[in-house]
Amino acid sequence: MDISILLIQSLNAFQYGLLLFLVASGLTLIFGIMGIINLAHGSFYMIGAYMAFALGPLVDRWLGGGFLTTLAVCVLAAGVMGYLLEAAFFSYLYKRNHLQQVLMTYGLILVFEELRSILVGNDVHGVPLPEWLRGSIALGDVMTYPVYRLFISAVGIVVALLLYWMISRTRLGMMLRAGASNREMISSLGIDINKLYRVVFAAGVALAALAGSIAAPVSSVYPGMGNGVLIICFVVVVIGGIGSIRGAFLAAMLVGFAETFGQVLFPSAAGVLVYLLMALILLCKPEGLFKQG
Amino acid sequence: MRAPLLNRLLPIATLLALAAFSFSGSDYYTGLAVKIMIYAIFALSLQLLVGGAGLVSLGHAAFFGIGAYVAALLSPESEAASLWWLLPAALLAAAAYALVTGALALRTRGVYFIMVTLAFSQMAYYVFHDTKIGGGSDGIYLYFRPELSLGGWMPFDLGNAGTFYFFVLACLAVTWGFLALLRRSPFGAALAGIRINEQRMRAAGYSTYPYKLAAYVVGATLAGLAGFLFALKDGFVTPELLAWEQSGLVLLMVILGGMGSLGGAVLGTVTMVLLQELFQSQDLFGDYARHWHLPLGLAIIALVALLPNGLAGLPAQWRERRQARAADVRKDAAPPARAESKPAAARLPLQGERHV
Repeated sequence: MDISILLIQSLNAFQYGLLLFLVASGLTLIFGIMGIINLAHGSFYMIGAYMAFALGPLVDRWLGGGFLTTLAVCVLAAGVMGYLLEAAFFSYLYKRNHLQQVLMTYGLILVFEELRSILVGNDVHGVPLPEWLRGSIALGDVMTYPVYRLFISAVGIVVALLLYWMISRTRLGMMLRAGASNREMISSLGIDINKLYRVVFAAGVALAALAGSIAAPVSSVYPGMGNGVLIICFVVVVIGGIGSIRGAFLAAMLVGFAETFGQVLFPSAAGVLVYLLMALILLCKPEGLFKQG
Repeated sequence: MRAPLLNRLLPIATLLALAAFSFSGSDYYTGLAVKIMIYAIFALSLQLLVGGAGLVSLGHAAFFGIGAYVAALLSPESEAASLWWLLPAALLAAAAYALVTGALALRTRGVYFIMVTLAFSQMAYYVFHDTKIGGGSDGIYLYFRPELSLGGWMPFDLGNAGTFYFFVLACLAVTWGFLALLRRSPFGAALAGIRINEQRMRAAGYSTYPYKLAAYVVGATLAGLAGFLFALKDGFVTPELLAWEQSGLVLLMVILGGMGSLGGAVLGTVTMVLLQELFQSQDLFGDYARHWHLPLGLAIIALVALLPNGLAGLPAQWRERRQARAADVRKDAAPPARAESKPAAARLPLQGERHV
């Protein structure tokens, strides 16, 4: 393999892994801290992408436009939506067992997908790239690499670092870590667990929507886009160990590289590779790479 | 107690009703009934794992799909195969895959078990989806349903819709009866023990791993039977039969029906398939039928919210509520002189572990 192809594929894998990490980090927090198996998490990714598509023109008209403004609006709207959803729906799921959660959040996927179909329709839509991210930079003599993909990676890195800082350095992060290892204990230590849950959930939804909205210009928006992401993110969460942000990051990178290079090296077996990886890791470490608590 | 008798009669009544239904004459409804029966076999096979041994698998569609693919792949293109070797071949293939993957997957538990079973079924999915073995993502056709011949004599022609209906019904009856017997056997009792408290079963001297593996293989074999029938029904097999959505759907049927009983799996299947058909019905909803996922999703959420123990748990739920109300009334009427002794054996003091 040519060195520049190797470089390009590595960048692709890195960018894909970061995108997975954005979705999976929220999923692993919700799973680890609140104990909820949220199948609807892929829908939040889908909603983020559709918001980028649908809100883009509105932002142009009312807020003077700008891609970053659109992203900010999407993330904010998703956060608010997550906050309200937690209050209206998810807070009733804590008492239920995991299987019922699976069933109810599956119902929620159907609702979200159908609302999407009613509001936006079932067509595939492209989302325009902003002017300033449209170019590509030269790699070697003939290869080029699109700037926008670098932008996605940059956003992913910034978010990952912010999350790392927040979790290891702030009071909220301390509560999160405590919550992931022992939920009952922190509520008995006088921490308002309901508020913590609501914030975590809103943040998880916002992260998934951010991933969706920055992926939209590359992947375009299409029906069912959340489901593919959902399963692969569950794979990431489980490989990394439930509730572990660090594990989610490492696992997202592993999965990103396995899938990207699988498609280049063994196109006929690319799909299998990720699951083979997961099976191997779980058979050696039955509770994921970084187990919490 | 009337309940046990009712429990025993209900399956038989259901099967008789299904048999009578084949004479209803409408192709649409008998087709729907065949679909329900096949999915009922599929759900029953998963119920053995979920409700029987407490093993929640999200990869059960792999065995369904393998059964279907073997039926389609081994059938010659220009003539009918013999059922005598085609069916065992399909079941064996599903069982073999379950033996290998189950032996590995059962090393994990809980959510990790769910994910490993998912991983193994996705592997099978991608094998059929990405390689040319079974026609890739387009799937393959099965041109002739296999023949059932007894020494040259052919009493049953499965190509005939009515005969096929009864063949599927017989498979459902055999599966249901077999699983009911299995539940009451020492093997079933051991599985129930593992579901409730595996630690204690090990302490009692049971080696739990072989039991779980045996249950996994048996469940997979029955799922292979359902897939085999599905291939015969449609004459067409695609990789989507192995997709995780299919595994999720059958798991939903089991949870919706209630995990306690075999009848629950059947009830959940019937409800799920009928709900799908109902909300898709153009006659009832007209143009809105296009958006049938929306009411289906809301119905699922509402059903789970209202019925924590599934549809099959509904009578018990009502009974409890009635008793609670009766107790309230009694308390209001006259304060009891001494604490009433509750029937102690009504519930064992075992607390089931959370499923995941």
